[in-house]
Order: sequence, then structure tokens, then C-alpha cells
Amino acid sequence: MQQTNRLTPFFENINFEREDNTMVVNFGPQHPSAHGQLRLMLELQGEEVTKAYPDVGYLHRGIEKMGENMIYNEFLPTTDRMDYIASTSNNYGYALAVEKLLGIEAPRRAEVIRTMLLELNRIISHLFWLATHALDVGAMSIFLYAFREREFAMDLMEDYCGARLTHSAVRIGGVPLDLPNTWIKDLEKFIVNLESQIPIYEGLLTKNRIWRMRLENVGVIPKKMAKSWALSGIALRGSGVKWDLRKEMPYGIYPELDFDIPVSDKCDSYGRYKCYMAEMYECTKILKQLIPMYEESDTQLMAHSPEYISCSKEEMMTQNYSLMQHFVLVTQGMRPPVGEVYVATESPKGELGFYIVSDGSPYPYKLKCRAPSFWHTGLLNDLLPGHQLADVVTIIGNLNIVFGEIDR
Amino acid sequence: MRAYTPKNDVQAKSYYSDRFFVKPTLARKAIFNDSILSADCLSLQSKVEVLESYLELDHLVVIVNPEDNVKTISHLKNIRAYDFLVELTAVDYIASRGGFEIVYEMLSTSKRKRIRVKTFILQNDTIETVEPLFRMANWGEREMFDMYGVKVKNHPHLQRILMPHDWHGHPLLKTYPLHGDEAASWYEVDKIFGKEARDIVGPELRDAACVDRYDTERFARLGHEVSKGVDISEGNEPDTPIRYQEEGGVKLFGKRLVTPFDEIETKHLKERK
Repeated sequence: MQQTNRLTPFFENINFEREDNTMVVNFGPQHPSAHGQLRLMLELQGEEVTKAYPDVGYLHRGIEKMGENMIYNEFLPTTDRMDYIASTSNNYGYALAVEKLLGIEAPRRAEVIRTMLLELNRIISHLFWLATHALDVGAMSIFLYAFREREFAMDLMEDYCGARLTHSAVRIGGVPLDLPNTWIKDLEKFIVNLESQIPIYEGLLTKNRIWRMRLENVGVIPKKMAKSWALSGIALRGSGVKWDLRKEMPYGIYPELDFDIPVSDKCDSYGRYKCYMAEMYECTKILKQLIPMYEESDTQLMAHSPEYISCSKEEMMTQNYSLMQHFVLVTQGMRPPVGEVYVATESPKGELGFYIVSDGSPYPYKLKCRAPSFWHTGLLNDLLPGHQLADVVTIIGNLNIVFGEIDR
Repeated sequence: MRAYTPKNDVQAKSYYSDRFFVKPTLARKAIFNDSILSADCLSLQSKVEVLESYLELDHLVVIVNPEDNVKTISHLKNIRAYDFLVELTAVDYIASRGGFEIVYEMLSTSKRKRIRVKTFILQNDTIETVEPLFRMANWGEREMFDMYGVKVKNHPHLQRILMPHDWHGHPLLKTYPLHGDEAASWYEVDKIFGKEARDIVGPELRDAACVDRYDTERFARLGHEVSKGVDISEGNEPDTPIRYQEEGGVKLFGKRLVTPFDEIETKHLKERK
């Protein structure tokens, strides 16, 4: 028996090699293709997985607890740290939930800018997914190409808000800044560039024999299993359910936009890969439509709602009561109505929902983040048995899970 | 009259509340304002006892008895086509009502509607699992147990999910402080070095803004640099003036690159000084 030593891990309850020829493998928590701190306990029969037990929580920071101890505006930058690959989607989901609770609407220009950032974030997230997933499966060069494009997209984000990863570029009630002067031109250049690059990625992968062998018929999620595990986003659309909240239960200015929802009824990893690639085209399509919408819109950026939202800087510096109200909103925080709200938005990973219970005080009484990746990881319980050990890496990469939002 | 605040609630509070401030409340509409949702609600009423039902921000909210939770959800799933259980959580009302509110958030993709099923249980009561209906409840109920200590009957594997398995307390309770309790602050020390090492390691520094002037293990002082761990409590701090590379000119190889340095002309150096 292993000596008990507190400084070295001690697995007294696990027999790694068993009598019936099965073997238990600890996949992670420090595994490069686990995309974070995922400990996956696998029971293997030869190379086939017979049981899988995902163990999460290594990145638990108590974001929901922090949310209950912060005023509403204060919490917004913390949401960045959930899905840090696409942080604007978290900011937006939270801001939209609070706006719905307050009963206010962001001005049109703010909504256009937000949607631009959201779609740009979706591209960033999908490129990141493509790069890391392909790297896991063994395609090295695609990683470099996809990351190069992602850099350009992140440069655009940096031009707008100064941050590359944790943007906090959305506020409750609008956005803090207008777009910089040349931003639209840069965005147009980026779109043209990206549209010329995606066919190159597809040329490297779509008909690649190795890629197809590794992805086709691997990680088959039947529709029933997808619904039972409350999957959302591309994991759900890859199983043949045409469900995208932007289209089916639209919010913001999505009803005015023309785009398609790529769906695959193959249910396997390859079908989901196709969906991801098609969705990047849809993002560029949306971004192109947003540019004229931005130019036509009025210049107001924050909603006018003096009891909840601080006034503009100009008013604050010239009018006494505006300054006083701003002071109260910053030090005490806004007091939303008593009630409950659940608002779901379509983040790049799936349905990102915020459930807020307000008791009328400046601190949310209860704040729950419904993170899509949490359920996508739970699915591994049912999905992995029957697969080969090498396919585990493909499946984890393909599900696009991010540990910041699983563990919160 | 002073406002009642629960004594065992240790969460952050507003430091000031206007005594004449009347909290606004979200409007609750009658279910008949939405034909699809009211049909669902009436169908549910024929099956289980619905304590309360109303519309709040386009959501149908249904409050049922805790023993009816499985019946309600299976009725909504199988007969009313609510094919997703999107979210499942608890809300801590121990201080005010002595128990938890369990919230099930359901979604129908065919009707594009959402229903929130709520039920109230007392603190030490248990609730039946909905795992046979939706597999996601396996993780949802584990998280609920982990965060609130709500015990779920007939759950196949009710263990902690986010916190370590040997953790004390349930972090999302209102009685649990933001920075963790006594057990939480020693958790890592106990685990790695053992309880007897508590005195040697000492308590964790939780105040992010705390800087001990004489602590040379963790902090350095600009202009007075000493080796790590040196005792400077008696003032034996040598001055180590900060020198910038630009002072006296940047020395580079080759004649061409050396530019004469004019201290008066340089704006940056002056500002820095």
C-alpha cells in the first residue's frame, strides 16, 4: 500500500488495476487537451472506455457568491471571467438580464455596437475552438492560421475597449463608448480577410482523410440525449435540433438581421465541425448588415433612466442633482424592483442564462448563471462509454467546453 | 419602526436605506394574458394542486407543493411538450421563511415558451429527484446539494460537485460569509501540511490591500532593497537609489548609434524625476 504522505496525492480508494482486466485512468486535472482543469476518471477495458466520471470544480471561484455580495454594476467585470474566450457574451447576458429586470432598453446605437462585439466575439471563440480542437486532433498548422485571424479580431476588440480578453465593454443600459474613427473600416477589412481565410481552413480540414477519420461517427449525441442533458448551442444544433435563441426567441436587434442557422443531423463531431464553420460565415454576414445600421443610428449610447443609470459626463459636470444621483448610484447602487428574471442569450457555447432574484436592495438576493458548458461536461458521463481512449480528446475538444464557466 | 434584518444573514448590505423608500415590484399578470401558457397552466391544474400561478416578464411562474415536483415536471415534459429542463436551483429563504425555494426552469422548443416551476421546502426536508426525467438533473441537483445542502431523495450519486468532497458547509447559504468560514481558511493548510502546522504556516492574509512594512518575505520597498527575509525592524535599511539607464546616456556599440545626451532637452527624464 502507498505510504500516507500529505504532500503527494494519495488514492487510497481507487484500484488502478483491477482483477477483471479493466483499468482506471485519471485523465487530468492537468491535461493539455482537457482545456482547463477537468479531471476525468475513465474505466478502460483495453482501449475502450466503459465508464466515465467527469470531476469538475478545480476552478471554482464562487462567482455566484461574489455576485450576491456586489452591487449590480460592480459585478459586470466579474462576468468576464466566466467564459473568458468570449467575455462580451457574458457581459451582454448579464446586462440584458438586469435591463429586463429594470424595464429599460439600451438605445439603438448601443444595441448595434453590442451586437457587433457579440458577433466579433463569436468569431474569436469559434476560431479559438477550431485552433485548439484541430491541435488536439493532430493538425498543427491550422492552429497557427486560426490564431493569426483571431489576433486581428482581438486587435479590433482592443481598439474599441482597450482589453483583449476580458472586455467588460458592455454596461447595464448601453455601452460606455462610441466606436473609434477608423474602426468600421478596419472591421470591413477584417471581414474581407476572414472570408478569404475560412475556405483555406476548410481546405485543410474538411476533406482531410485523417480529420474525417478522427471526427466522423465519433461522439454521436442522439437527439434524446441532447435534450435530456439540456444541451444548447452547436452541441444541440449538431444533433438536428434547429434551436438558436437569436432566431427562435430573439432579443436585441436580432429580429432585424438576416442570417441562417446551420444545423446538422449527423449528430457526430464532424457535423458539429461543419456547423461551426458555417456559423463563422453567418457572423460575417451579420457584421456586414450591422455597418449601415450603425451609420444610420442616433448617437445616444446609454439609456436615459435617472433612477437606475448614471447620466452623461456632461450633465454630471454641469448639474448638481445629476452629480448627486451619480454619487448615490455609485456608492449605494441601483435598487431594481422586487421580482425574478431569467434571461437567456445565445453565447458562442450555447444558452447562457442569468437568473436573478431581486429583493429590492442594491445587492441581488440570488444570482445564478446558467452556463452551457456545465451541462456539456455532464454529458460526458453518458457520451464517453463505448468510445476509444483516443476519441476522448476529440470529444472534449469538439464540445467546446470552457472551465471558467463550468466551475464559475 | 426599524426595518427587520435577519440576524444570521452575513451577506453584504446596503449601508443606507431611505426610510420612506417604497420598493417597486415587478408587475404580475394573470395567466389569461397569454393563451398558450394559460392552456398549459390549466392542464397542469387538472393534474396537480397549483398553489399560485402568474405571468412575470413573459414567464409563466407556477408554484406547486414539494411532493408534486416530479408529477409536475413529467406532466409538462410528456403532455405539454416542455422538452428542456434548462436550469435547476435553490434560493435560500432560511432567515425569512425557514427553508428553500427550489426552482425548475423549463423550455418548450416547439411553443417557444418558458415556465418556471417553484416549490418551497423546509430547511431539513428532502425533495424527490427529477433525474429519471431529465439526466441533467443529476448534475443540477448535485450542485444544489453542494451549494445549499438541499438533500435530494433517490438521487443516484448525491455528492459535492464544485467544492472538494471533504468541505465543511455550503457556500451559497446566506449564513456562509463571502470569505469562507473558519474551516475554509485552514482547509489547504490542513490538507497539505496537517493541522499541527497551523501555527507554523499562520493564517492566510486575506486583506488584499494589507502591506506589512517590515515583512521582507513578501514585500519589497523601492529604494531600500534588502535580501529576502532580512529583519529590518530596527531600521537597518540601506538606501539603494534607483538608477535609470537613460541617465548619462544610453551606451550602444558603434559610433553611429551614440547620440549625445542632453539632460535639459529631455522631457521624459524630467517628468520622471
